[in-house]
Amino acid sequence: MGGGVAKITLRTVSPTTTTSSVPFSHLPIRTTRTLSEVESKRLLAAYGVVFVDERVVDTPDEAAEAGASVGFPVAIKLCGDAIAHKTERGLVRLSIIDVDAARQAAVELLARATPDDGPVQLLVAPMVRGHRELIAGVAHDPQFGKTVMLGIGGIFAEALGDVVFRLVPITALDAYEMIDDLATQILLGPFRGEPPVDVDSLVKVLVALSDLAVARPDVVSVDLNPLIVANGVAVPVDALVEVAS
Amino acid sequence: MTPGHLRALFEPRGVVVVGASSHPGKFGFVSLHNLLAAGFTGPVFTTNLSGESVLGIQTVPTIDDIGSEADVGPIDLAFVCTPASTNGEVIRACARRGIKAVFLTSAGYAESGPQGRVLQEELVALARSLDVLVAGPNGQGVVSTPASLCAQIVAPYPPVGRIGVASQSGNFVSSFMNWSIATGVGISRAVSAGNAAMIGVADYLDYYADDPATDVGLAYVEGLVDGRAFFERVKGVAARKPLVVVKGGSTDGGARAAASHTGSLATNDRVFDGACRQAGVTRAATVEEAFEAAASFATQPLPKGPNVVVLTTAGGWGVVTADAITADRDLVLLPLPDDLRAQIDTKLPPRWSRSNPVDLAGAETRDTIPEVLELIAQHPDVHAIVVLGIGIQSNQARLIRQGRFYPDHGLERIVAFHERQDARYAEVAAEVSERTGKPILVATELAVADPSNPGPAAVRAGGRLCYSSANRAVTALGHLYRYRRFLARRADTGY
Repeated sequence: MGGGVAKITLRTVSPTTTTSSVPFSHLPIRTTRTLSEVESKRLLAAYGVVFVDERVVDTPDEAAEAGASVGFPVAIKLCGDAIAHKTERGLVRLSIIDVDAARQAAVELLARATPDDGPVQLLVAPMVRGHRELIAGVAHDPQFGKTVMLGIGGIFAEALGDVVFRLVPITALDAYEMIDDLATQILLGPFRGEPPVDVDSLVKVLVALSDLAVARPDVVSVDLNPLIVANGVAVPVDALVEVAS
Repeated sequence: MTPGHLRALFEPRGVVVVGASSHPGKFGFVSLHNLLAAGFTGPVFTTNLSGESVLGIQTVPTIDDIGSEADVGPIDLAFVCTPASTNGEVIRACARRGIKAVFLTSAGYAESGPQGRVLQEELVALARSLDVLVAGPNGQGVVSTPASLCAQIVAPYPPVGRIGVASQSGNFVSSFMNWSIATGVGISRAVSAGNAAMIGVADYLDYYADDPATDVGLAYVEGLVDGRAFFERVKGVAARKPLVVVKGGSTDGGARAAASHTGSLATNDRVFDGACRQAGVTRAATVEEAFEAAASFATQPLPKGPNVVVLTTAGGWGVVTADAITADRDLVLLPLPDDLRAQIDTKLPPRWSRSNPVDLAGAETRDTIPEVLELIAQHPDVHAIVVLGIGIQSNQARLIRQGRFYPDHGLERIVAFHERQDARYAEVAAEVSERTGKPILVATELAVADPSNPGPAAVRAGGRLCYSSANRAVTALGHLYRYRRFLARRADTGY
């Protein structure tokens, strides 16, 4: 499988038979493919989502060098167009503190690649630390079309079920009101010695998601999960974009 | 479909009931009865194949047998109670007579299965080709109080007012109108969309948004064929007038019930909720909350900010109301400003609460409540007021009237005083509210426990809603504030 060819996944998406004044909400979606993390981030960055300074490298030595360059501690992930579920497969190493540890982690990760994974690379990123996590994304609703989603993330995400939606396109004001609509406001204020969530930067992320959904009708879904709130700023540390093929 | 078609539906110059019946149990009788009983002032015609006279009106076999417009006057609306199989010809005859709007009560269309769906599609195609608006089919009817029009197969007929109702379920039109009768807050237009073959809830709401007789839209929806199109329409409506929506099928259980009721697809409730927030649509959780929100929009000014002051004659009521205001995510229980406290000090002995809620603690004399209310309403930091305690004097008066000592012992005079005072408090609340442009909501359970009590009766007589609890008043006030904030933010930012 070539580097530019992604895995094709068949998905069942409810077809819509109605017409709409907003054509992009009713694409007849049949099959989709998921962009790699690197590709996903590149696409989202073009619409204004800010990611940490991370490097894509091929070898353990390059990984060690990249770690020194972005600053330890770092996270190293094995990534490739055909790799999803990195965490479940143990393809993520966190809190790597120096060049030796980085080299060793890279060796181990590369050894975990299987032939099915196709070409693989290593993603080296500075560790983003914070007590709070959010999730954000784009989803397709069978009746309302594209939506932007924001929710409380982390280990209690499902239990809390604190998620809000708006229909694409959204304005900055809509995004501000989404944040305001979250039920768990106490997590957005000052929290365990960390400053309150910087609303403006989070608004920018949500508007960027909407802008992407408008500009790219083939984008079926986006998952920014998690955004870690570091020093108040919600930083997306993983991203997956699903596009219609 | 043009505004002219909808005008024909809501402001018809003349009406024909097609399929009138002499049997009092049939829709063809009931609808004619309701039309006549509500006092429709234009000419009323009836058709019936056997040519009977019904309720004093001589029927003719078909619409073609009614005299010409030049001879007997214009007809704009046909109210149809005939079986589905005959309705194609009815619509053709309507077109020949210049009738622009047809309300079809007839069942046997899309709700009955695939064959009915075909019949419905044929009917719509025919109506379009003849430039006739078909409302329904399978709907309960249309009410329009400015036209004294009660063309429906069910009761009731509501008082005149400013709320425009549109519903996917006919029985909720009745529910809203029953609330209207109970509270005295009237309705302008009300229509049940039935199968919404040609015109749906969003179309009616769009008409209300430009309707000079209507100040607020009130809708029940259950399922959306095209949520995106609905969103775009109601967003336009809410930009012009407040719009209150209550949605059925918001839980899994309700969605299953809706699927069997109207064949609706389940809607992701959180997406619907977000769409309402984005469109500025007021979403109510229950039918009574929806009516009360609409009644508040129709009768109160919008609060210019979140700050609420409670004026109460008793402590416990104030405490519970303070809880309700604090529990609302957007309203603020305003800490009593020092200058306002000092002003109220001049009117009351020191045992009053000296904080918000402003609890008079029984220290009031004849003019205290109007004077303190005025002071609170005039303060620039106060955006809304909830008034509690109206009616308690009259409640005592009622017991005195019913007791064996009345009217001696000076009781006649004190009863008259109590009753006059409560009516006066209600009148002052409305007057101060209008003059200051601030909402003043009066709440007492006497609104339902004893609607004839002069307190709530005077609130009603002034055209306003007397809330049956402070919690319900606060819920309505929250909706008013959020709508006002929605408009203000967008006006400020240009979005």
